[in-house]
Amino acid sequence: MAKGIALHWRLIPRRYTLLGTECRSCGEKFFPPRQLCPNCRRGAKIKEFKFSGNGEIYSYTIVHSPPKGFEFMKPYVLAVIKLDEGPLLTAQIVDSKPEDIEIGRKVEMVFRKVIADGDSGIIRYAYKFRVKRE
Amino acid sequence: MPKRVGIIGVGSTKFGELWDYSFRDLITEAGTKAITDAGIDGKDIEALYIGSMSPGLFAEQEHISALVADYAGLSGIPATRVEAACASGGLALREAYIAIKSGLFDIVVAGGVEKMTDVSTESAMINLMGAGDQEWEAFKGVTFPALYALMTRRHMFEYGTTIEQISMVSVKNHHNATLNPNAQFQFEVSIEDVMNSPIVADPLRLLHCSPITDGASAVILASEEKAKKLSDEVVWISASALATDTIALHDRKSLSRINSSVIAARNAYEQAKIKPKDIDFAEVHDCFSIAEIMAIEALGFCEFGNGGKITEDGETALDGSIPINPSGGLKAKGHPVGATGIAQAVEAVLQLTGRAGRRQVDDAEIGLIHNVGGSGATSVVHILER
Repeated sequence: MAKGIALHWRLIPRRYTLLGTECRSCGEKFFPPRQLCPNCRRGAKIKEFKFSGNGEIYSYTIVHSPPKGFEFMKPYVLAVIKLDEGPLLTAQIVDSKPEDIEIGRKVEMVFRKVIADGDSGIIRYAYKFRVKRE
Repeated sequence: MPKRVGIIGVGSTKFGELWDYSFRDLITEAGTKAITDAGIDGKDIEALYIGSMSPGLFAEQEHISALVADYAGLSGIPATRVEAACASGGLALREAYIAIKSGLFDIVVAGGVEKMTDVSTESAMINLMGAGDQEWEAFKGVTFPALYALMTRRHMFEYGTTIEQISMVSVKNHHNATLNPNAQFQFEVSIEDVMNSPIVADPLRLLHCSPITDGASAVILASEEKAKKLSDEVVWISASALATDTIALHDRKSLSRINSSVIAARNAYEQAKIKPKDIDFAEVHDCFSIAEIMAIEALGFCEFGNGGKITEDGETALDGSIPINPSGGLKAKGHPVGATGIAQAVEAVLQLTGRAGRRQVDDAEIGLIHNVGGSGATSVVHILER
């Protein structure tokens, strides 16, 4: 489904480099980014914060019945990742052996193509993760 | 002391793939049945609240508040659509309750409707993902079964819940549905059937998932004074609670419990001045079989982590200590998303007035209904008493 270009463009720094935000008042870090700190509310001082891309698998599933546009990569691993700096996010795990996918396993961010809008539409890129080689 | 609010009439269409029904056919039939059941006339209705998740995507139809009033022959009355994904019906019931509780109206109809099979299954899956976070979940190839699979994995990890226990929810709800003539699925499944069904999002399989369903339900609410005049078997709403949580699953404090349900349940028990052990049966939001286990824990029918165990022990069966989903639940009665919250109220009223036929829970006096939006960002809990 073709969508507006700005929809993807405005999120490029966030999705390409794990650029989130941080509340300088209470220290909580946010990814996905928030412009309002739920703890400090309007008293918050929000700044940009770039995450290291290191974390661990908090939960995972293997998707066998994907949504439109993701069929070519099925089955794929989707995980909730707990970043070392605190927040959790949802991402695919790639370039890893099936037997290495387990709760608690250390992972690191990689930059990958996510989906393309048909043959001539926009190609969207973002963070994915892979199991860290020990 | 504020007046009580009662339900004096209920109606539902059959649930299923109803190819000969349009969106408006569904809600008109449910509403007509409810008005007939209440023994009132359409012109007695002062306002309507309608829950529907996504008529814009499923039927390319918005502005359904006026449409529903129009086809119900009620043009002129105030009509309001409310939406909270799969909890839209529960929200409509609550708005109707508040409208009467406030003293503004005496007789109000609350309806819920979803027409899901006019689009392909593929499109339906994408539409349903609108209940989650588009920017940070759906974008990564997340589906709703995947979100519940992430919760399942965590529940199994933290509590040792087994896939067999989760499968027993499907087995029980399919059995109950065979006793419900309005249910989408009228057949039993075995644990082996569930465990061998196609894998959707590991560890969840097809028979752990609720189906795509067309259907509508409606209930007529009345103030205490009017209800007593119009009916001699009123079901009273003794609690109405709504709570929210983060839109994305990954932002929750826990993946193994639905915190919005915990908050709504606590609030509801306080309003009704009762405890979980006083509940005779519950209709809970089993969009996936793990969700029933998480629901019965959140509602206080067992300790956290024990939902699988009490399911295995048969406590949640029709003849158990706390029958859960006597209707067949979302799994087997069907899940027309916006209608589900109202359909749960319909079932509770049938149970409390002794009209539930072969699935009747013995001596049912107090029932609880529990409706969830998305992966738990909204929970609505109502307690109904005879």
